[in-house]
Amino acid sequence: MANKISDETIEYVGILAKLELSQKEKENARADMEKMLDYIDILNELDTEGAEPLSHVFPVYNVFREDVASQEDGSEDTLANAPVKKDNSFKVPRTIG
Amino acid sequence: MDIASLTAAGLGKKIRAKEISVVEAVRASLDRIDQVEKDVHSFVTIDREGALKRAEDVQKQIDDGRLTGALAGVPVAVKDNICTKGMPTTCSSRILENFHPAFTAEAVRNLERGGAVIIGKTNMDEFAMGSTTETSYFGVTRNPWNLEHVPGGSSGGSCAAVAAEECPCALGSDTGGSIRQPSAFCGVTGIKPTYGTVSRYGLIAYGSSLDQIGPIAKDVTDCAALLEVIASRDPKDSTSIDRSIYVHRQSKGPDSQESFKGGQPAGYDFTSALVNDVTGMRIGIPRDYFGEGLDGEIKEKILAAVRVLEERGAVAEEFDLSLVPYAIPAYYVIASAEASSNLSRFDGVKYGYRTQDYEGLHDMYKRTRSEGFGEEVKRRIMLGSFVLSAGYYDAYYMKALRTKALIKQAFDQAFARYDVIVAPAAPTTALKLGHSLSDPMKMYLGDIYTVSANLAGLPGISIPVGTDSKGLPIGMQIIGDCFAEKKIIRAAYTLEQTRAYERPALAKNASKVQEHGADDRQRKEAVQRREAVQRKEAVQREGGAV
Repeated sequence: MANKISDETIEYVGILAKLELSQKEKENARADMEKMLDYIDILNELDTEGAEPLSHVFPVYNVFREDVASQEDGSEDTLANAPVKKDNSFKVPRTIG
Repeated sequence: MDIASLTAAGLGKKIRAKEISVVEAVRASLDRIDQVEKDVHSFVTIDREGALKRAEDVQKQIDDGRLTGALAGVPVAVKDNICTKGMPTTCSSRILENFHPAFTAEAVRNLERGGAVIIGKTNMDEFAMGSTTETSYFGVTRNPWNLEHVPGGSSGGSCAAVAAEECPCALGSDTGGSIRQPSAFCGVTGIKPTYGTVSRYGLIAYGSSLDQIGPIAKDVTDCAALLEVIASRDPKDSTSIDRSIYVHRQSKGPDSQESFKGGQPAGYDFTSALVNDVTGMRIGIPRDYFGEGLDGEIKEKILAAVRVLEERGAVAEEFDLSLVPYAIPAYYVIASAEASSNLSRFDGVKYGYRTQDYEGLHDMYKRTRSEGFGEEVKRRIMLGSFVLSAGYYDAYYMKALRTKALIKQAFDQAFARYDVIVAPAAPTTALKLGHSLSDPMKMYLGDIYTVSANLAGLPGISIPVGTDSKGLPIGMQIIGDCFAEKKIIRAAYTLEQTRAYERPALAKNASKVQEHGADDRQRKEAVQRREAVQRKEAVQREGGAV
């Protein structure tokens, strides 16, 4: 079955992905995604009934450590990469009107 | 002697024996970089001064006995998605063009503790998304065997650097084949370890449940030595494992029901597996990996290599692995889903690129990301956002995770019977530059033999087994059960003992020039010193006159 992605879906995915796409990019994204989903649909041939979704592939054991306080001030190094900063803080556009 | 052509272990030995100084070793790498980098372009960043300074420091520590390891003084290149404090780390993306990490990845710290000298950061597909190193924001890397061809990817820079002998070994990362496939394309050896073996702390995440850092070098010995240095249980990565408490099962034929309890300890002593003997080793050859779609010459070379192992006492058998057609779709759903989440951190606030013009916070996020990410990265973020969105989550993401469970089961069944599984690393040898970019689907399909090991967390090694009629290297993959690195190392090492390492013509030619170059450099430096003295004297004379 050929997948059809609506304009609304592309808009919605763009919002989720926090990407601003031009009209041409949207068209390309739609074509790419339809093609990819057509291919991914091959998974529907496979009976996965009863198979638990697997995230981690082998048994993992919890490892504990002592809760030891440490004094580390990495703020200077961290802020060194900020595109815009002010008073030891990241500066962002106004978020509340 | 041409230092650049040595293996990492060979170079390390000569450094410890004081036959070669660490500065000489680093200089040899930098000289080779000067010779071939304009053609190959393996690196995003080359840290000449830092490496030479570090070389002197390492030499002191070797001299006073503080550094004694196999890699002490050996130059290593690091893929540019692995954080290095003091050196930019870009993921070959515009969005991280000027990123200077505040810390160093644990794998690199382990290298530094072992006395390795980091000479630079290697080119890659942007955020490791791609199989050709063509999606890099900083331009393509070329295959040292034929500059018209891709080196593979995403660790294309690391593999090309090793093949061109710009450094004896390098770190790569493997999410769906990104160490094994470019290793095959460049005629070098690379290992993707069992998930959790190497700490991911400081590895900029693509698909967190699949990503592993691993070694790339000229031979199996170097890869084992490098893995021994970088592997560690790290409290800073909760998915890193303590291999001393895990054991891998023994294959005992079809009825074996053994779990991870009750086999050989997984351990960290990878070099102990460098044993030239495969007597009694059971090798599984999945029929589904050798059928349609696989280049005939690759099939022929790999099956010939299996026969060599049989002559050495291994027992090979064909079997049906099953589920092979489902691995790529499951992989792309899971990897894209994780990528869409992982890459949400690039927002123009904390680091990296920020757009110039924007109205408000949300607009700033969107424009920053749209301008900062390349096409392939955006494609995967879109797909990942889609498969995780309400209404599609069950149909795609959960379905992929269930498929992953079945794929893992299929491998469990296989490893109940076989010690290792042999597979191609890729369906073809290296394609020409520009060939894959026009059709992403075609590029994705090239990952058919590698993605399953990531989905199932398995270790895999890619080793060269000859070249095709075009003169391009062919790689064979040996896949092991979880924690069974030592079995794949042993099989690969045994095979390697039967054939000599093949160097690309580019490296051989550079070697010849470099051997003369060492004399030239000494002459040039002598001239420069003399000129400097003359200038100084002239200045003193003039100064006196004024």
